[in-house]
Amino acid sequence: MEAVLFFLAAIGALGGAIGVVALRNPFYSVLALIVHLFSLAVLFLLLTSAFVAAAQVVVYAGAVMVLYVFVVAYVGGGGESAWEPIPGQRILAPLLALALFVELSIAVLSSALLALGTHGPDVPAGFGDPAAIGRLMLEKFLVPFEASSILLLLAAVGAIVLAGRRREDGGAVIPSGHSAPKARPDGVAAPPSPGVTQ
Amino acid sequence: MTATSWAWLVLLLPLLGAIGIGLGFKLLPAKIAGILGTATIGLAFLCGIGALLCLLGEGAEARHHASSLWDYASVAGLNIKLGIYVDPLSVFMVLVVTGVSTLIHLYSYGYMQSDQGYHRFFSYLNFFVFSMLLLVLAGNFVLLIVGWAFVGFASYALISFWYRRTTATRAGMKAFVINVVGDIGLVLAAFLIFREIGSFDYGPVFEQAPQVFHTNQWSVTAICLLLLVGAFAKSAQLPFHTWLPDAMEGPTPVSSLIHAATMVTAGVYLIARTHTLFVLAPTAADIAAFIGLATLLVAGTIALVMTDLKRAIAYSTMSQIGYMIMGVSIGAYSAGMFHLMTHAFFKALLFMAAGSIIAAMANNQNIDDMKGFGKAMRFTSITMLCGGLALAAFPGTSGFFSKDEILAYATARGGMYTIFTVLGYFGALLTAIYTFRLIFRVLPGKPCAEAQELIDNGHVAHEEPRNPATGEVEDTDVGFPGAEHHIAEQTPAMKVAMGVLAFLALFAGLIQVPGVDETVTHFLDPVFADSPLAAIVPSVGASWLGLAIGAAISLAGIGIAYWLYVLRPEAPAALIRRLRPVHTFLFNKWYFDELIDVLVVRPALAIGRFANRVFERFVVDGLVTGTAETVRGSGGVVRAVQNGFVRSYALLLIAGFAGLALYFLLSSS
Amino acid sequence: MNVEWYIVLSALLFTTGAIGVLVRRSPMVILLCLELMLNAGNLALVAFSRMVGNQQGQVFAIVVMVIAACEVVVGLGLIVALFRRKLPLNVDDLRELRG
Repeated sequence: MEAVLFFLAAIGALGGAIGVVALRNPFYSVLALIVHLFSLAVLFLLLTSAFVAAAQVVVYAGAVMVLYVFVVAYVGGGGESAWEPIPGQRILAPLLALALFVELSIAVLSSALLALGTHGPDVPAGFGDPAAIGRLMLEKFLVPFEASSILLLLAAVGAIVLAGRRREDGGAVIPSGHSAPKARPDGVAAPPSPGVTQ
Repeated sequence: MTATSWAWLVLLLPLLGAIGIGLGFKLLPAKIAGILGTATIGLAFLCGIGALLCLLGEGAEARHHASSLWDYASVAGLNIKLGIYVDPLSVFMVLVVTGVSTLIHLYSYGYMQSDQGYHRFFSYLNFFVFSMLLLVLAGNFVLLIVGWAFVGFASYALISFWYRRTTATRAGMKAFVINVVGDIGLVLAAFLIFREIGSFDYGPVFEQAPQVFHTNQWSVTAICLLLLVGAFAKSAQLPFHTWLPDAMEGPTPVSSLIHAATMVTAGVYLIARTHTLFVLAPTAADIAAFIGLATLLVAGTIALVMTDLKRAIAYSTMSQIGYMIMGVSIGAYSAGMFHLMTHAFFKALLFMAAGSIIAAMANNQNIDDMKGFGKAMRFTSITMLCGGLALAAFPGTSGFFSKDEILAYATARGGMYTIFTVLGYFGALLTAIYTFRLIFRVLPGKPCAEAQELIDNGHVAHEEPRNPATGEVEDTDVGFPGAEHHIAEQTPAMKVAMGVLAFLALFAGLIQVPGVDETVTHFLDPVFADSPLAAIVPSVGASWLGLAIGAAISLAGIGIAYWLYVLRPEAPAALIRRLRPVHTFLFNKWYFDELIDVLVVRPALAIGRFANRVFERFVVDGLVTGTAETVRGSGGVVRAVQNGFVRSYALLLIAGFAGLALYFLLSSS
Repeated sequence: MNVEWYIVLSALLFTTGAIGVLVRRSPMVILLCLELMLNAGNLALVAFSRMVGNQQGQVFAIVVMVIAACEVVVGLGLIVALFRRKLPLNVDDLRELRG
């Protein structure tokens, strides 16, 4: 039973991955990725990591992918030309990546880690539950937890700055009614922009 | 004062003269420079006399002293000192060199008066005398080589004295290059000597040579052959002789001092000095004698047809040095050295007289244009006659006693060496003929235009000095002969010098009359006592027989010349017509210049061109630019990696990752 | 299931993502392939955490997800900025940093 599920989920993940790489239209790639993410969630569940699976679905497939869909809708999905400007890229890239895969497989399959050949130890009932994860995060891994939340904040601010419009003198427009004037060497403050612009 | 202190003074004085005149040429007026130059050499001559007296005051066996000022190099078995060696041979040479040099300096004082390069001339001349004395007084082979090289340089500087003439500079270069070839031989010989014997000093070398070498061993033969290369290049013997006729481009005092009396005799001195080695290598000595003989005959035949006055006398010099080389090679050491001395007298005199005549001819040296100077220039013609008689070995003159003594020795040695006697006498006949050919063409007869002008107005012919090669008018600033020419009759200094030499040319032979007084032989005996060849002494009877034969031949030669050039002046032209190929062959100097051009000059130039076009361009440049191109190429290849495409950078990343993983896989398996 | 299957699958997904990053030219798709690679890493983390028997790997996986989210945000912001300035959305055309 578990094997069947594993293979189904694996095929889904693989198919989704191949779809992302091979499909021409970026929108279709996004959809393929969503399939891939769901398959991964199934795999996580098979590994008794309930919380991670849930987070995968909610955060990844839910929030991040929606973001992607928004941007693809905004930007539009154009195809790419078939001509490859870098000589040999189309040949070398799969070759090298395949070589990498082979090496990794050899490393894994021939490894002396006997544990890899097993299912793993018997785990207690609450393995992978939100409670357990939460306890770990707030006790042992508090600092990484807080650091990642700061990182999220930074990313959000950065995204806003990046995506905002530029004024003529190079300052940025932040949609809160104010604008950030470009700094001048003589320290003279630029005149404020006339009102909110968007 | 010991003999060696006198010898050091002899060396010091000309050096001081050279430096003083050279550095002070702006301060010293011309006349003072000339007097200073002559005085230093004169004083050196007096110091030489001092050394002679010191030597004579000692017993015959004790007459050799070595003295050194300091060590040049004293390292690892090599011990070279700044040392001189005073013995009868070196004192003899010192006296000859300083004596004749003093007279020539005196002559130049008058002859070069109006030359703008007066100071330079005397500085160079003093430097030359210093180098020659260094060569002669050197006590080890290293200092000999130093003196040898300095003399070569002085010769070059003086040949190209009028340096704006390309003919002069080319002649100077030719002389220098051929001299350098000789230098190589000498240096290699010194190396071999050091390798075999372990020392450079004369004393140890000549004492140990008989023990180290056995007769005709290849090493001592090689040493002697290399020494001969040096000697022949310096003394203008075959095949290194081609520089001497061209060296006549220099002023006449230079020709007379360097290329007649002193420098060209350095080879003879070398063979005499290293006679111990030549005794051990009889093959080399015989080769030297034969080459001397060959030079004697070749030069004699060329002198018969030469029309340039100075060049004819130059070939005569070559021929006489052949006699000297022959002499010291077959064992007639003192005879050869005596001939060196007498030849210095009469050859220098001949050149001086020739200089006087050429001055009267406004620097035209072609004897075809000269006639009748006997009436126009009495003094010059008398001295020229004295020199000519001595050269032709007229009975009673100095040349008579010296030349025939060599030939008598050759007879006494017997066997194969009688060839030298026979051909030597033939050479003497040639000598007499060509000497009096010159005299009878230039002196008697109806005076030519320039001579007539002298007779009528006492006025030396004057012409715009012209570059002999291009014919353009030279400006008479430094680098050219002076505007005026000086003849002996009008210049007292020249008269004194020529007079002294004429006297010596005629009467100096009387110090070495066989059976009566053999001062030279007795004086030089201790030097050559170790040679078995010196024991072969021709009997007095045999010597006088040889002298008689020589007298007959000399008179016959003079007679032939008289008949050809005075009695039947049209006969020479008819002879030339009859024997045109022979005449052309002789006139072109046996085509030696062309031979050397083909054998040596062209291959050298070809090698140079090859080096430039092929080796330099492909190998050297190829290496250098090849390296640069390789670096640039590899730089280009590496630069191609930075193509700006993020994806290719990412590819490299993956590639590196794969490589790293491979490494870890392999290292952990 | 043996854990090694999961690891091999993770490697496969990783290399697929790598190929995608190297071969595609649109920044959008490249970001998607980056997501693939990150997820493959996540899978490996969780598998190992299961193998070892403690949940630290899972916490790590959560943090990776957070980072992926941040990265996506910034990346998409860049793409939008590019689009706004009418620059070509082609990674090959943005090569000011060439050597």
